[in-house]
Amino acid sequence: MRTFVGIDLGSTTTKAVLMDEQEQVLGRGITNSRSNYETACSVATEEAKIDARFTLFRREFGGEGSLSGEVEEFLTKLESSFRLEQFLQQLADLEETCTRLVRGERFEKIGEGVKSTLAEVFRRLRKEAPAMYAPGAERKSDFFRDIAGSRYLAVAEEVGREADIPYDILLNIYDKSIIAVENRPPSGSLNEKFRKALERVAKEDADVTAELGKKAEHALGIELEETYLVGTGYGRVTLPFSKEHIRSEILCHGLGAHMMYPKTRTVLDIGGQDTKGIQVDPSGIVENFQMNDRCAAGCGRYLGYIADEMNMGLHELGPLAMKSGKPARINSTCTVFAGAELRDRLALGEKREDILAGLHRAIILRAVSILSRSGGVADQMTFTGGVAKNEAAVRELKKLILENYGDVTININPDSIYTGALGGAEFARRAAEGRTEGMEA
Amino acid sequence: MRPSVVKAKPADALKDASMIKQKEMMANHYNRLTSSQENGEKVASTFVPGNLNELIMCFDLVNNLPEVNAIQSGLRKQSGAYIMEAERSGHSEDVCTYVKSDLGMMMKGNIGPNGKELPKPDVLLLSYTGCFTFLKWFELLREQYKCPTIFLQTPYMADGKVTPNMIQYMVKQLKEDVIPTLEEVSGVKFDIDRLREYLGKSAKAEDDLVYILQSGKNKPSPIDAYFGGIYYIGPIFGAFRGTDDAIDYYRFLREEVDQRMLKGLGPVTPDGPMGEEKYRLVVEGPPNYTSFRQFWKMFYEEGATVVASSYTKVGGTYDYGFRHDPDRPLETLAEYCLGVYTNRSLPMRIDMLTDYINEYEADGLLINSIKSCNSFSAGQLLIMREVEKRTGKPAAFIETDLVDPRYFSAANVKNRLESYFQMVEQKRSGKGVAA
Repeated sequence: MRTFVGIDLGSTTTKAVLMDEQEQVLGRGITNSRSNYETACSVATEEAKIDARFTLFRREFGGEGSLSGEVEEFLTKLESSFRLEQFLQQLADLEETCTRLVRGERFEKIGEGVKSTLAEVFRRLRKEAPAMYAPGAERKSDFFRDIAGSRYLAVAEEVGREADIPYDILLNIYDKSIIAVENRPPSGSLNEKFRKALERVAKEDADVTAELGKKAEHALGIELEETYLVGTGYGRVTLPFSKEHIRSEILCHGLGAHMMYPKTRTVLDIGGQDTKGIQVDPSGIVENFQMNDRCAAGCGRYLGYIADEMNMGLHELGPLAMKSGKPARINSTCTVFAGAELRDRLALGEKREDILAGLHRAIILRAVSILSRSGGVADQMTFTGGVAKNEAAVRELKKLILENYGDVTININPDSIYTGALGGAEFARRAAEGRTEGMEA
Repeated sequence: MRPSVVKAKPADALKDASMIKQKEMMANHYNRLTSSQENGEKVASTFVPGNLNELIMCFDLVNNLPEVNAIQSGLRKQSGAYIMEAERSGHSEDVCTYVKSDLGMMMKGNIGPNGKELPKPDVLLLSYTGCFTFLKWFELLREQYKCPTIFLQTPYMADGKVTPNMIQYMVKQLKEDVIPTLEEVSGVKFDIDRLREYLGKSAKAEDDLVYILQSGKNKPSPIDAYFGGIYYIGPIFGAFRGTDDAIDYYRFLREEVDQRMLKGLGPVTPDGPMGEEKYRLVVEGPPNYTSFRQFWKMFYEEGATVVASSYTKVGGTYDYGFRHDPDRPLETLAEYCLGVYTNRSLPMRIDMLTDYINEYEADGLLINSIKSCNSFSAGQLLIMREVEKRTGKPAAFIETDLVDPRYFSAANVKNRLESYFQMVEQKRSGKGVAA
């Protein structure tokens, strides 16, 4: 089938959306942008294709809406199994890369010990993997780097101690290897991985899967043809895309927000390193925009630094800030000074949640200033970008919009992080159709 | 032995004949300035907007323009270090970067673009035209050089028109303060017929300049009225207005533009002749000089030509018929100062930009907002909204600086420009079509 791909190469994450000819989203994929946009791009696209397979499975099983509990269970198992398969393959790559590094003068005496330690580390990682990918299991991140990294470090410390191999050697080997592994484009056929996953599920539960497996096999047979691709985001110029395949992220965000919520007239996007206020007309065409200049103060990356400084996960900031009863008054959203400001206030005895609430407010104040410069806020407004997932930021935004612009509907889509990629996919679909609106004259 | 790596030299910027001629003129002028002492010539420092070059020449004074020196430092990538030097001596980050570049240059030996020391001014002549910073700038220079300072007050055009009172007020200052002081400094007696002669020459060159700038109405436009425009205004807003050199230059340039028009060609860019003209823009605000070529490239690479700009009116505005008039020598100087772009009220600027978009059949307005220039930047968003409303054409806003390289973020500017160009296209082709 013909599919249209939109890719948003952000500073932090790379997103891909796969769309069909009926303007329906088939799949979404996300990965960390790394230092290699090209790999990030192919990983995100592959992830979107994986997601698309599941959409196709659902369609095969009789629609995307209500499926029987049995089918849902099967799909959940299949996804877990597939993710496990994917993880194991990358883990094998990581093991091979790590082991290959054990050579040369440095390892003359301890080489064999390091090798057997690595073998043991990876054996344990493989062993614990199925539990990590069991249906319903919680994972802190979906990126291989994060999952494999945190487990490797923990296991290597333990095994290293037992084998008397210095931890820093194992750490160093990992650091060098993960970059190589992460920057290798995904290899192997997706269908192959799906088949292996199907086999694994079948082994556990032969009766249920016979019928469903056959249907899944059929869905796997549908070829996903990349008919047209449009790239957007900061990394767009570094890609081997020709000009017709590149759209500004401002236009993609405008169109993407319009597709999610057709009544959108104002879009606020807070991404990793920029904040954009966009005004669109009733058909999603950008009429005006403003964004932060030169300095990324108060953007998503700012929260990232704060999380690092507080030794917290990015997703933990919002919930903690929500607990604040008395937000601190913070005016500076300078990322560079964030750490100093934080430590200063902690030293003065201010509560972490109050400081965090103040920081969230400061970010939103800056965003509202950009919005007002872009032409204000019209009904409806759609909030996109990674920061839209942060409940404390959303709460502050709602408060400030109400104070300044009155009762405005604020849309936040659970998939808002894909807004730019969605706009890109729609641009791709239109381009393939030869429709000119929003395209070259 | 490892083979030596041969680094590819960046291709030299292509220039058309008029640009080369212009460069020579500017170089000659700098040589005249840096050898003024040995030639026994006295120097008047003054500012571009509303400069009184014809009057200065009446006293055999050589015209030195601190902003142009700062621009030269910017183009030569020296302004960054000069600005930091000025900041070290206590000037804040937000001060006009022309000022800081100039002060920093003085601190580092006041070396001009020809590698020689620029002269100390014998007089500072300030015709105040809408920029308050000029006042402070010359205050600092007066402190440094301890030379006479003349302050010709130009009333701001707050009500959008020039009144007889304003002219009288300025003529009185010219008669009672400016001319006597210049006589005293130079030792040359004022001769009004000499002034008339220069003014006549000014008007001649001005006619050609207007023809050239208005050639942007053609499709394709044979000129870029912003980036190319910077070259075109150099002589007329600098030390050449009122000279035969200026008459020759603008005649030469006019013929060059005529030739391009005849052949249906666009402007010449540093990378060669401009390709297809895809977007016609009106630009408000000064350019960035530290990344001038890179900035320009972001336009011509996308097929964007600037067909009219407000910056080319920063020394004086000729669109509405003003020419220097030898029959009213002092009055005409007053009118010239009053008409300068930065001396015009916000409603006047809105009218002007709206006229440009309509008359030059432009796709829209682009504002380059300069971080350290309040006389340009204050009110620019309001201007943008209003012009958008009146013309129905999309507008966009970018932010850079004059000569501070720290305030030019290429990725950010490019992102906004590309978005704007795509927005123009979308508007052009998507109006009324349901998505």
